[in-house]
Amino acid sequence: MTFRLVWENIAHRPLRTLLSVLMIAVPVTLILTLIGLSTGFVEDSRRRQNGVGADILVKPNGASLVGFTNATMPLKMVTMLEAEPHVAQAMGEVVATIGGFDAIMGIDPPAFKRMSGGFDFDSGHDFQAPDDILIDSWYADQAHVKAGGSLTLLSHKWNVAGIVEPGKLGHIFAQMAPLQQLEGGEGKVTQIYLKLDDKAHMNEVIEYLRKKYDGFPIVSMAELQSLISVDKIPLLSTFLHVIEGIGVVIAFLVVALSMYMAVLQRTREIGILKSLGATRGFIMTLILAEAFCLGLGGTVFGVVFSYGAAAAIHAVMPASLPVAIVYSWWPIAGGIAMGAALLGALYPAMIAVRLDPIEALAYE
Amino acid sequence: MSNSDPIINIRDLRKIYRNGKVAVEALRGVNLDVAQGEFLSIAGPSGSGKSTLFHIVGGLTPPTSGEVIVAGENVSKVGDAGRTELRRKCVSFVFQKFNLLPNLTARDNIRVALYISGKGKAGFTAEFATILDLLGIAGRLDQKPNEMSGGEQQRVAIARALATGPAILLADEPTGNLDTANSLAVLTLLRDLNTRLGQTILMITHNVEAAEYGHRIVHMRDGRIVETADAA
Repeated sequence: MTFRLVWENIAHRPLRTLLSVLMIAVPVTLILTLIGLSTGFVEDSRRRQNGVGADILVKPNGASLVGFTNATMPLKMVTMLEAEPHVAQAMGEVVATIGGFDAIMGIDPPAFKRMSGGFDFDSGHDFQAPDDILIDSWYADQAHVKAGGSLTLLSHKWNVAGIVEPGKLGHIFAQMAPLQQLEGGEGKVTQIYLKLDDKAHMNEVIEYLRKKYDGFPIVSMAELQSLISVDKIPLLSTFLHVIEGIGVVIAFLVVALSMYMAVLQRTREIGILKSLGATRGFIMTLILAEAFCLGLGGTVFGVVFSYGAAAAIHAVMPASLPVAIVYSWWPIAGGIAMGAALLGALYPAMIAVRLDPIEALAYE
Repeated sequence: MSNSDPIINIRDLRKIYRNGKVAVEALRGVNLDVAQGEFLSIAGPSGSGKSTLFHIVGGLTPPTSGEVIVAGENVSKVGDAGRTELRRKCVSFVFQKFNLLPNLTARDNIRVALYISGKGKAGFTAEFATILDLLGIAGRLDQKPNEMSGGEQQRVAIARALATGPAILLADEPTGNLDTANSLAVLTLLRDLNTRLGQTILMITHNVEAAEYGHRIVHMRDGRIVETADAA
């Protein structure tokens, strides 16, 4: 009977119910979309790092393992590292950021092909001229450009020679030398990838290199991938906590207002229930159960809307803002919304249980 | 009518309402006994204290002083929880404005009362089905209040009040919102319920003709009982 009463109350005022559910869905969508963005970004980074086919990464002296610095490592280090024991191949890379999360990856095409197996072309062809760039299909969709077209990046006009499958190193690729010239870093690279002759020597090689190249961050690709996570990027995790907080506040205020209005509208009905002998606990249960249902509805709508938001973002910026659907966050976002909804309903519920039955029955 | 021990026993009942610094004495020493199975009408003009008396007997508000024993419960000595228990177990109300839950059908309005009283699982008994027939609403149970006439709504309210088998039925101006024909029908029903089932009924009314349906009429004025008389 409790459920029947709650359901009839919800169904009797469909517009209020729908508005409350939609408002609660907003923070759920917000949380899931931002989590999807951060997770999508991390997963995309991992996938692209994995696509390089390297075993070890060497970064410039004193640089952070996560993020990019200017090209400061001498190119000759590539040759030096390639000569080290168990290193089958070393490949230098120049990274030129172009704003936001996007960057042009300057590569030595033959070395990249040897290490990663090369690109899979959707259209166009490999590098032929110094101004040629390759872009993956996500960036091509985002920039609305096809093979044979042109792109202006770093104030330089590039010819889009080919469109490649995503998942290797980056989204935009240029040849190393012209990019070094453009960035004023001739003879310098941003980082160096190493491929071993046998992965069994991984720890031994890393230990050896760390001793020999003291101060240079040197990690296995597996370790690097473990470092690329939402929790280990301080600003990102703080940002997400702030968004969660905003979500809680919005859901709290929405439900508090909605339930406060509901209690006011239903004053007489609460009076009737009290005249029938309904206890404070029974009336509080009704209000909180209704808030729970609104929170649940908001969660379901929020999850559905997060798919819409992901599709919209993917349609506009598939390369710069990769979005993932993070199922594990559904119960978390739902818990936040429903917790806030219950919290928001608590005060109106307290008002309801304290209503004087005579005054409530006289309420028009 | 049964003449056993009174089911309602009121001694020197006083009630003072305070509105800021102003105190209004609504009841000024009321003494009243109501026997089990009695149909008592309380009549009086507005402000006479009859509604306050009704509210105190029904456990909707506490008395300021005096003793009120309803179905063995000393209402003057219990708190909010005790008065809730009284409403749940011993008394039922029929109001002037019917006070049915608008979202629910007649059947669910009755079920809510049963559920709250802790008799929800029992469902409608054969005895209650007879009452529904007597009230003439057995075929209207799946209608919502806004699909019913005032008379039908009041009969549903009476059915809801009787569903829990209360010791006392408290009716507050039950014909106040009804036309003459429906008023007569409801009053006749109340008298039939009292006669057939021995249901104790305490009815408030300012209508002298309606008051005549009770066995006894208590007249109130200025917070006091000024006259008690057997109905004609």
